[in-house]
Amino acid sequence: MLEFVVPALNLKAILPQLILALTALTVLLVDVFAGKDGKTSLGGLSLIGVVAALVTLFLSRGDFESAYAGMLAVDGFGFFITLIICLVALLSILVAISYEKVCPEIRSGEFYSLLLFAAFGMSFMGSASNLIMIFVALETMSISIYVLAGFKRDNLKSIESALKYFLLGAFASGFLLFGFALIYGAAGTLDIVKLGSFFTAHPDLLHQPLVMGGVALMTVGFGFKIAMFPFHMWTPDVYEGAPSVVTGFMATGVKAAAFAALVRVFFVAFAALQTDWTTIMWIAALLTMTVGNLIAISQTNIKRMLAYSSIAHAGYLLIGFVVGSEIARSAILFYLLGYAFANIGAFAVISAMGSKGEEYNELSDFQGVGFKYPMLGLTMSIFLFSMAGIPPAAGFMGKFFIFSEAIKAGYVWLAIFGVINSVISLYYYLGVIVRMYFKDPEREISIAAPAGTLVAALSLAAFGVLQMGIFPSYVWDLARASAKMLM
Amino acid sequence: MNQLGFPIISLVAFFPIFGVLILMLIDKKAEDTLRGTAMVFALIEFFISLPLLFSFQNGIAGMQFVERYNWIKSAGLSYYVGIDGISLWIVMLTTFLTPICVLCSWTYIQKRVKEFMICLLLLETAMLGALVSLDLILFYVFWELMLIPMYLLIGVWGGDNRIYAAVKFFIYTAAGSVFMLLSIFYLYYLNYKTTGVFTFDLLELYKLNIPVSVQFWLCTAFFVSFAIKVPMFPLHTWLPDAHVQAPTAGSVILAGVLLKMGTYGFMRFAIPLFPYATKQFTPVIATLAVIGIIYGALVALIQPDMKKLVAYSSVSHLGYVMLGIFAFNMQGVEGGLYQMLNHGISTGALFLIVGMLYERRHTRMIKDFGGIARVMPIYATFFMIATLSSIAVPGTNGFVGEFMILVGAFRSLPVYAIFATSGAILGALYMLWMYQRVMFQPLDKEENKVLKDLNLREIVTLLPLAVLVFVMGFFPGYFLRKMDASCEYFLKNYQQKVAFYEKGLEDGTSRIETVLEENNLRRTLD
Repeated sequence: MLEFVVPALNLKAILPQLILALTALTVLLVDVFAGKDGKTSLGGLSLIGVVAALVTLFLSRGDFESAYAGMLAVDGFGFFITLIICLVALLSILVAISYEKVCPEIRSGEFYSLLLFAAFGMSFMGSASNLIMIFVALETMSISIYVLAGFKRDNLKSIESALKYFLLGAFASGFLLFGFALIYGAAGTLDIVKLGSFFTAHPDLLHQPLVMGGVALMTVGFGFKIAMFPFHMWTPDVYEGAPSVVTGFMATGVKAAAFAALVRVFFVAFAALQTDWTTIMWIAALLTMTVGNLIAISQTNIKRMLAYSSIAHAGYLLIGFVVGSEIARSAILFYLLGYAFANIGAFAVISAMGSKGEEYNELSDFQGVGFKYPMLGLTMSIFLFSMAGIPPAAGFMGKFFIFSEAIKAGYVWLAIFGVINSVISLYYYLGVIVRMYFKDPEREISIAAPAGTLVAALSLAAFGVLQMGIFPSYVWDLARASAKMLM
Repeated sequence: MNQLGFPIISLVAFFPIFGVLILMLIDKKAEDTLRGTAMVFALIEFFISLPLLFSFQNGIAGMQFVERYNWIKSAGLSYYVGIDGISLWIVMLTTFLTPICVLCSWTYIQKRVKEFMICLLLLETAMLGALVSLDLILFYVFWELMLIPMYLLIGVWGGDNRIYAAVKFFIYTAAGSVFMLLSIFYLYYLNYKTTGVFTFDLLELYKLNIPVSVQFWLCTAFFVSFAIKVPMFPLHTWLPDAHVQAPTAGSVILAGVLLKMGTYGFMRFAIPLFPYATKQFTPVIATLAVIGIIYGALVALIQPDMKKLVAYSSVSHLGYVMLGIFAFNMQGVEGGLYQMLNHGISTGALFLIVGMLYERRHTRMIKDFGGIARVMPIYATFFMIATLSSIAVPGTNGFVGEFMILVGAFRSLPVYAIFATSGAILGALYMLWMYQRVMFQPLDKEENKVLKDLNLREIVTLLPLAVLVFVMGFFPGYFLRKMDASCEYFLKNYQQKVAFYEKGLEDGTSRIETVLEENNLRRTLD
């Protein structure tokens, strides 16, 4: 008779995620019982939950272990990803509270709880150490985001965005799942650590069609989520249509979570195949950043422009992925956090650029904003300079770590293409600043003065960007320590 | 090594930031308060930089007032600053020119005064930071940081075609420097491979022996980046645009300090790091320098726009500086360094002078003027002094610099020197011709007859520069003595390194493997 062992319920290992989920449920409940006035407190409630998750995350740091029968790796890597996700959620909620004025639909329990559920899924994606677990986490995240993207129910673009993301996302999930199935067929296990030791022990199996096919399908699945060329086509449409706050959330959170899973799967389970996928990823990195940057230049809508820029950033991150050393993985983590601050910040500014029901997302709408709304102009400039990799912002330090590591590992050409791309990207990032400061407005736009929570989000993001750029030591050491512990 | 026992460099470098914070708190409508506050901060900044000059010890070649803290320990980044005889005077020039820039913008800048002053002070910090950095990444951070305020100065307060000029300036310079960044990474990695230490410490990297084939590429990246900044022919096209569009203060800073960053970069970074490749490149650089001298002068000759004329004269003057440095003897190098200061003063003064006329007439075209000397005698005097300094008449600072450069060049690059000398004649031609057309000739335009002469503020703005023209012309010894030790060391180091590499090439020990091995050997011996 099979012996049934109840796995130890190690709640402490998943406390931050647990708090996120419980907060999400509480928000739903409060939404039901609270009256119309009570709805204004939903954002605040979610905020408390995320802060609590962040605090417990730091308190429980250090107990690294494998939990739930190998389903979860509670390690440094997972810690850092959860940190990014929690910060992303925190900033997004702060922005969302003030965004309620522009887009009243989001003042509802569903919005905040879906956002928290998505964060919950993202965080698990970063620490899942079993392929099935990755899939479940990915779906939790994705389904929440499909709904969030279509939250402006009576806006055609928003619906288009949601539907497009859902259909393509479902395909991508299918690819991913099929890849997992093939791998399972070849190795007989779904556990990432066991897969790693299995393939090290059986190098002859590595080049079987089953394994190669599985890895290729998984690359497609993950490539879709991180917006890697040629699986990036959905990005501009989805980013443009989704409510600005959701765009910021998914541009950073989804990317971080998917990158985390990609790194974990490829470096732990398929480390033995590294020489094979390095070549493919080399090309993918080059094309991803070049395509992203070149198309971004010709955009006239800022959300589409940032969508292409986010593709380019995936390319820079892939350089770190190709290099693959432990320091390069730290660099990926560092870059992801810096990118998250800058990008959410930029989308926070964009979300502020609107009044009741109307949003000003054309690049020409930014003309004259710099002097008319100094706070928005200044912070937007900081975020854009960071994304362009100009010191002293986080983006420069991130690129510094990635490119210096690439040179160290001998990928000189990739680094050269990387910096050429950085120069290309300067053109369109500067374009926004040119409009904000050098040009006079084309049409009068009136936007509400930034609400307190938006100011808080902008300040926090700008602080993060500058802190990581000027005094990067703390975050870098944290990233180094985290990347060391990849189970 | 810090003779004052006090972090003087950090104070000097970051004091303007303090001013920025104070300016931010002031209401943007109180324009005179803003101007006054910026002026006070710029002046205090100048005075606190004076101890650097007075406590500077002449005989020491190495870095003085050194400060060092870890920045990112695990990656080998440090906050490492200090100055020597090469950077001292450029630092002083920077703190000296900033108050003048504030003063000359007093009435010139009418819109967004607050933001303008903030940009100016921010720019000062960035320039000083780049000049004192002894850590390559720290240097790079300040180097790039200089771009942002300058970009805004041109783009917001510039002329009609300002956006084009600002974007061109930014992208041109940034494109040059990213390859330098990659080069820095490679050096860092090479150093790690040979010594086992991660560091961006410039003085440590000086000691590194770099295989000749690698040196060539790294050197190219550094050279291109600095040559764009200088700017050397044919990478100079951004300069006339930027100068013409920038407001007066922007032009003064651009000519006075920003361009010096390029020549300074050659002396501080590119040459000591890659001596052998430098030697290989010398004919190329010298040729481009001479082309720059003559081409800049010829183009200046036909300019109808006074500001553009001065901008092209910059290309010509900077050609002299480069020629002096690449002569690689004491006269040449010190002359080059001296000429950097001269150019900052004389061209700075010329931009101020052109700006003052523009403020009165809103045109810079030479044909719109004539006979101005009759209505503006004080103005004419200052203009004459700056012109004489620019064409290097004996008794002015320009003479000392140009003379030393040509002496140095005749000793080691005689053919180039002969051609370069023709630039001096052309220089006299375009400057004096412009002076003649603007200041003399009949006063036939009605608008020009009512022009007011300089007011007290404008005289105060120009006076320090005019005085310096003569002080530096009559007493060059005081200035040169502070450079002596560092320049000697710079040359000695260069010659020793070149000899070492040449010997290595002869007996085949300069191949990558051998150099690396030798580095390892040196490490164990140390």
